[in-house]
Amino acid sequence: MRNPQLNSQGKLQHLLTTEGLPRDIILAILDAAAPFAEVAEREVKKLPLLRGKSIFNLFFENSTRTRTTFEIAAKRLSADVINLNINTSSAAKGETLLDTIDNLSAMQADMFVVRHASSGAPYLIAGHLAATGREHIHVVNAGDGRHAHPTQGLLDMYTIRHYKRDFTALTVAIVGDVLHSRVARSQIHALATLGVAEIRVIAPRTLLPTDVERLGVHVFHNIDEGLQGVDVVMMLRLQNERMQGALLPSPQEYFKSYGLTPERLARAKPDAIVMHPGPMNRGVEIDSAVADGSHAVILPQVTFGIAVRMAVMSMLAGGS
Amino acid sequence: MKIQISNGRVIDPANGIDRNADVFIADGVIVGVGKMPAGFEANGSLDATGCIVCPGLVDLSARLREPGYEYRATLESEMAAAAAGGVTSLACPPDTDPPLDEPGLVEMLKHRARLPEFAHVYPVGALTEKLAGVNLTEMAELAEAGCVAFGQANTAIVDTQVLLRAMQYAATFGFPVWMQAQDPFLAKLGVAHDGEVATRLGLGGIPVAAETIALATILQLARETGARIHLTRISSAVGLEMIVAARRSGISATCDVAVHHLHLSEHDIGYFDPHARLDPPLRSQSDREALRRGLADGSINAVCSDHTPVDDDAKQVPFDEAEPGATGLELLLPLTLKWASEIKLPLVHALARVTCDPARILGVEAGTLTVGAAADVCIFDPQAAYPVNRATLKSQGKNTPFLGLELQGRVRGTLIDGHLAYDGSWT
Repeated sequence: MRNPQLNSQGKLQHLLTTEGLPRDIILAILDAAAPFAEVAEREVKKLPLLRGKSIFNLFFENSTRTRTTFEIAAKRLSADVINLNINTSSAAKGETLLDTIDNLSAMQADMFVVRHASSGAPYLIAGHLAATGREHIHVVNAGDGRHAHPTQGLLDMYTIRHYKRDFTALTVAIVGDVLHSRVARSQIHALATLGVAEIRVIAPRTLLPTDVERLGVHVFHNIDEGLQGVDVVMMLRLQNERMQGALLPSPQEYFKSYGLTPERLARAKPDAIVMHPGPMNRGVEIDSAVADGSHAVILPQVTFGIAVRMAVMSMLAGGS
Repeated sequence: MKIQISNGRVIDPANGIDRNADVFIADGVIVGVGKMPAGFEANGSLDATGCIVCPGLVDLSARLREPGYEYRATLESEMAAAAAGGVTSLACPPDTDPPLDEPGLVEMLKHRARLPEFAHVYPVGALTEKLAGVNLTEMAELAEAGCVAFGQANTAIVDTQVLLRAMQYAATFGFPVWMQAQDPFLAKLGVAHDGEVATRLGLGGIPVAAETIALATILQLARETGARIHLTRISSAVGLEMIVAARRSGISATCDVAVHHLHLSEHDIGYFDPHARLDPPLRSQSDREALRRGLADGSINAVCSDHTPVDDDAKQVPFDEAEPGATGLELLLPLTLKWASEIKLPLVHALARVTCDPARILGVEAGTLTVGAAADVCIFDPQAAYPVNRATLKSQGKNTPFLGLELQGRVRGTLIDGHLAYDGSWT
């Protein structure tokens, strides 16, 4: 079975996950993103790379932030961007996912940027496009269920490389709700491929998936131990609906046990960076003093995110 | 009508027979194996050269989708699949729409299934009304209408008081109770085995404990009530160990496994293949190994197709939205042969698990070529390739994780009560 995100020449056809994504391709994306980051500093930020291309932002799950960054990235590449917010409940009543894809394909789409609540939905779309002879349409996974959020993972790699240069000497800790996090999975696969020295995950048992060690991570339940000597702290968002009930008793208790405070951060390396995919819950997973402090690189992440998405889109649809 | 099946290798597990012999059939009944009865004059003959002649297969779980799901499959399409798969007797679970909880529905199904080229149908009646787990069904009436056992298909009875009463009531009349062991709370939102693959793919997990906890409950209540329990579609090694231990302590419990679970594991989900969404889920490789061994040593009593035709629309959706289940009637034989050849089990033992052993669980006289038995016969070429694709599958459901594969073992002819229900000699 061929990896569905690569074409028969081994080139990137879709971006569906960081798992199994060749190291060369990851590095090529990061390299390509660097000049785009510079474009952002210019007065005229537009490049003509995707002029005449139609990119559909297909969001079956609400997201303002991710959709906006994809939209900005596409517009800076001069693509035509069409945003579609498709309420999953109305989709369930009417048109199927693949009917939607067929209809939009008939409108000469060049790329679908897809967010969906179901893990694997972008694979279904990519498989359907291949089965119907429409391989020229590219799919970018903008987050599928708990499975993957590869552009987030890649922008995080870009951020780490920006501040730390070499991956191989780094110890990276991912803190929080790994169980429900597509971001964490994309980070773990990318970090492993880039050869970091150690990946740690820090969370209570209720927020870790079964056999998470098989992903190549060291598990810590105690945040103080887990943060000892790390170079990079990657915080995960704790979604509101997880903050009470059978996963966690309360946000207060979570902050007490796992919130990132300046005291806890002091256990990391003195030059450690703190990352967060946003939106943050201040006082739940992260203390404001850390979020706004000198170690935080959370806003640069957002800026780099646009550059990385430009790199991905231009690599997929920008021709040779 | 007198038929002679000549030149075949006869394997009749019920009688421990595996030898070259002719089979003689008169008026729908086996009248001789090896030895032509006196005065027998065949007016029909089937040449089984190079083929194995065995009892028609007995499938403990085949969804025919009637009533209620005719858009998925009809009795006609699935009976054609059964005959093409060499299946001559099948039990159908009660999860139709409406469920098989009223005698009228069962009678209608039995009536519809009465055609001579159709396999014998043994409905499993609903244990509770609407399968809702609240009120008991009229089991005695349902049994009169033709139900051979009572169960809940894939739904659980959450209220243990109701489960206890249902088992007590069934035990009163000696009706077997067929249960799928899956705790609904632990299985809630789960779509795959809770392990490495679900973790990687971000799919909701169904832990093994969902099976073992439900098993413990059912087995304890079986001990209390003395009900005859049959556990359907065992999926885990630990679950199987519990059943074996329970039997040793005197609890009467049989069990079966779905043929898919002998060959596939969680890893076969691959890149979110909705065809690998099954209920119970495909579990780990070590679970699969335990199931393969358990079926060989007899701790699992039978293998079934768990035939579940699903329309394309319900499969061409994201994995977690896909309807669970796979078509299986036509794969039961080739996949059983594959299992047997991989573990080097003699066919006379392997075929017992799809003939006389499931017949015993059903409590019907089937699955044997004993003289005097109904002439339900499967003639198959064990060497012939069977390509699994949308064209070869007679079932209306084309949903199988084996789509595109080439299996070995092809049915050449199926007889039901001596009637040639499937003739695949030239295909």
